[in-house]
Amino acid sequence: MFLSTIGYFCWYIAAKSEETVDSSYNARLDTFSQRVVRGEIRGKNGEVLARTVEDAKGEETREYPYSNLFAHVVGYSDAGTTGLEASANSYLLATHVSLLDQVSNEAAEIKNPGDSVVTTLDPALQQLACDALGDYNGACVILEPDTGKILAMVSKPDYNPNTVAEDWESLISEENTGANLLNRATQGLYPPGSTFKLLTALEYIRENPADWQDYRYECGGTMEYGDAVMSCYEGHVHGGLDLRLSLANSCNTSFATIGQTLDLDSFHALCESFLFNKELPLPAGMEYRQSSFVLDGTSGLAERVQTAIGQGKTMISPMHNAMIVSSIANGGILMSPYLVERVESADGKVVKQFMPESAGRLLSVAESETLTNFMVAVVNEGTSPSLRSDSYQVAGKTGSAEFNSNKEDSHAWFVGFAPAEDPKIVVSIIYENGGTGGSVATKGAKKIFEGYFSR
Amino acid sequence: MTNIGIQAAKYIMLVLIGLYTMSTYHYLRMKTHKRRNQACGMQLFCMFALHLTGYLAIILYTNERSMIYFYGAQVVFFILYLVLFRVFYKKASRLLLNNTCMLLAVSFIMLTRLGPERAVRHFVITAAAAAVAMAVPVIVRRMRYLWRFCWIYAGIGLLALSVILVFSTVSGGAHLSFDIGGLFSLQPSEFVKITFVFFVASMFQTSLSFKRVFVTTAVAALHVLILVASKDLGAALIYFIAYLLMLFVATRSYFYLLGGAAAGSLASVLAYKVFAHVRVRVQVWQDPWMDATGDGWQILQSLFAIGSGGFLGTGLYQGMPEVIPVVRSDFIFAAIAEEFGGIFAIALLLICLSCLLQFLWISTWMDGMFYKIIAFGLAAVYGAQVFLNVGGVIKFIPSTGITLPFVSHGGSSIMSTFIMFGIIQGLYILKQDEVDRIEQEEKLERRRQALYEKRYETGAAGPGKSGKRRRRDPSGRRADQDR
Repeated sequence: MFLSTIGYFCWYIAAKSEETVDSSYNARLDTFSQRVVRGEIRGKNGEVLARTVEDAKGEETREYPYSNLFAHVVGYSDAGTTGLEASANSYLLATHVSLLDQVSNEAAEIKNPGDSVVTTLDPALQQLACDALGDYNGACVILEPDTGKILAMVSKPDYNPNTVAEDWESLISEENTGANLLNRATQGLYPPGSTFKLLTALEYIRENPADWQDYRYECGGTMEYGDAVMSCYEGHVHGGLDLRLSLANSCNTSFATIGQTLDLDSFHALCESFLFNKELPLPAGMEYRQSSFVLDGTSGLAERVQTAIGQGKTMISPMHNAMIVSSIANGGILMSPYLVERVESADGKVVKQFMPESAGRLLSVAESETLTNFMVAVVNEGTSPSLRSDSYQVAGKTGSAEFNSNKEDSHAWFVGFAPAEDPKIVVSIIYENGGTGGSVATKGAKKIFEGYFSR
Repeated sequence: MTNIGIQAAKYIMLVLIGLYTMSTYHYLRMKTHKRRNQACGMQLFCMFALHLTGYLAIILYTNERSMIYFYGAQVVFFILYLVLFRVFYKKASRLLLNNTCMLLAVSFIMLTRLGPERAVRHFVITAAAAAVAMAVPVIVRRMRYLWRFCWIYAGIGLLALSVILVFSTVSGGAHLSFDIGGLFSLQPSEFVKITFVFFVASMFQTSLSFKRVFVTTAVAALHVLILVASKDLGAALIYFIAYLLMLFVATRSYFYLLGGAAAGSLASVLAYKVFAHVRVRVQVWQDPWMDATGDGWQILQSLFAIGSGGFLGTGLYQGMPEVIPVVRSDFIFAAIAEEFGGIFAIALLLICLSCLLQFLWISTWMDGMFYKIIAFGLAAVYGAQVFLNVGGVIKFIPSTGITLPFVSHGGSSIMSTFIMFGIIQGLYILKQDEVDRIEQEEKLERRRQALYEKRYETGAAGPGKSGKRRRRDPSGRRADQDR
């Protein structure tokens, strides 16, 4: 019993204490800053995203050279702490300069410099994502599928972390309906719209492993179910389709028909294996909201049909959608997204290095190839011809998420990756009120891919 | 500059307690008296050096002259205690004595850092308790008829516990103590655990019939039930564990052990259902974040403290252990882990384990059932207390709110721990007496034998070695004779 106590004690100190100690209920963190100058937060190539500067009087202020660009992901530390400033707090306030320097600083009564956090963030890509969103409210997440590195994470509207303390009243006032402080990339939940058809298609494939390729549907543009009518986008009549072309053309009536055949409990299980209603494997301290999928065996016909095409009660965050697509891009294995590449002492020694971690296999290699194939068809034969390019092949899926009964009011989604044969980046982008059909989103994604591959 | 001194002190203390701990375990493997004495000398050096280093750091930080006097008083106390104990009890276990001083030294340093005023008060009480408890071994050694008072033990125990239940001051949701003249508050459950062990031992001394076991169990259960009714669940748990283990050692019956364990589990489930504050403790253990600013506050602050300290600690005054509620008594282990470091805390635990091993060793060593069970019962009480305290502080098990013997602040706890250790020392001396007597007898026997052989040098074989019969301790009837 004594030995197990000692064992537990060591385990706690070695493995568990870091995340526990890093809590706003821990009054010690405030006192660390009296001995240590808060370290820097850097981009992947060493660009300074946040630093502490001291003026002539010895007053410290936190500076964010990129102003609004990294507002949500890096966060702020002047009015409470958020983002990385909060989750990496204990790294920033620890010091690993050599013992000799520490002693001499101590003797000279100079504060020791805190460790720097080097992130996976790519400022150029962050800027591209920000430009792509333009004046829209919304969010964009860019991941590296084979590692899980978060290369960019933008949420709009944003705020200036340099002046957040002064702007605080207006940011939280009731007139401000934009919720600038909310990180929509992880905390915003939206209906997935047609991007969800990827999972509907996957469920159909799993339920019909032998003959899904024989699936045929004759699209007449509309379809009746119960006493309601489902129609395809802008009343398009897609004609004869198999599963691949149903997805490429995002044919609502075809997917509504599929939805009626699915075993709903198994569909529910599939969505939960894709982390709906579940905790996401995100870095400790990153705030997010869980996605939800409520459809099961007890649901009615209307809900079935709506859910199959990504409407209904299903809700997802842009980050989660990026993770699903990232697992498709990575041959079925989801890499846990991460933001901190390493922690360095002020004199450049690596204190802690973070490694990519698998969060498990979500789909088989064959399934990921099939879905990639479908997503290539979206670009080459389907709804998103504008993404075609000679220098790289995009695989993607658009979506429009209706958030009220008015068909015109919808959010525009794009999720996808490129190059399809050897994916380098996964993009998940949503434009609030971006209109139907996802053309805004496709244009935005085009900007990002063009920018990325022309470097 | 201050900080450098404190950091240096931290490392020195780590090394010293490490050396000390290694020495206590090394000691057990030593054979000769000379080497053992050397080891004890080395332990005392480590202890005094650690005590000095700790107080130098305190003096450096506080810059108060009074601390020097306080330190001096403690050194005088330690020297007097060690010398007097050795003078009165030549045969006492030096290892146990050293461990006592080491645990007290660590406790004094930490309590002074947490608040000098209360530390002084605690020191005075400790010194008084040490003086009073000095008489305990002689009582154990001389009064061979202690096993006859079984119902007196039960009477005192039950009375004291009932009094507390009826007239008591409530602390932390439980009836624990009563005030005497507004000066002292006495916590009877700390003392009753000793009478409890004596009661059980004396009951099992005379007989192990089913009826006897049944009656003993009923009275033991009454103790536990009164404690449960006073909501002192930590103590109730200790009594229960100690009784179960004593019963098992006395009877060697797995039936009793497993049956008791099953009854205990059932009782805990019941306690969970009936008592709201048990539920709170369990919930807080499972997820302290759920009510981080309320019920989870204490354990979270403790975890913050331990986590911030890491393996090496922050150094004296560099942490914030004072934000943990009741850090002086129940949560002092967290304060030690934070400022002295995880390694130091582990060494401290190993010193406690070394005490426990001594207890157990003496238990197996004693011949009489009464003494065997007393030693074992006290070992169980001590072991359970350390485990429940430390386990609770580090969130290994739900927190039960009990003190860490010799380290925590609290007069009753210190006094009862001194008595427990005194009893064990008494038993140790008793055994040493016996060993000496046997050696004496053997010496006599050999001399007689030599004379005998000389007288009948004709070659006829004498009565030989059959005459070499050892006399047993009068009160210590052997266990197997009772069955």
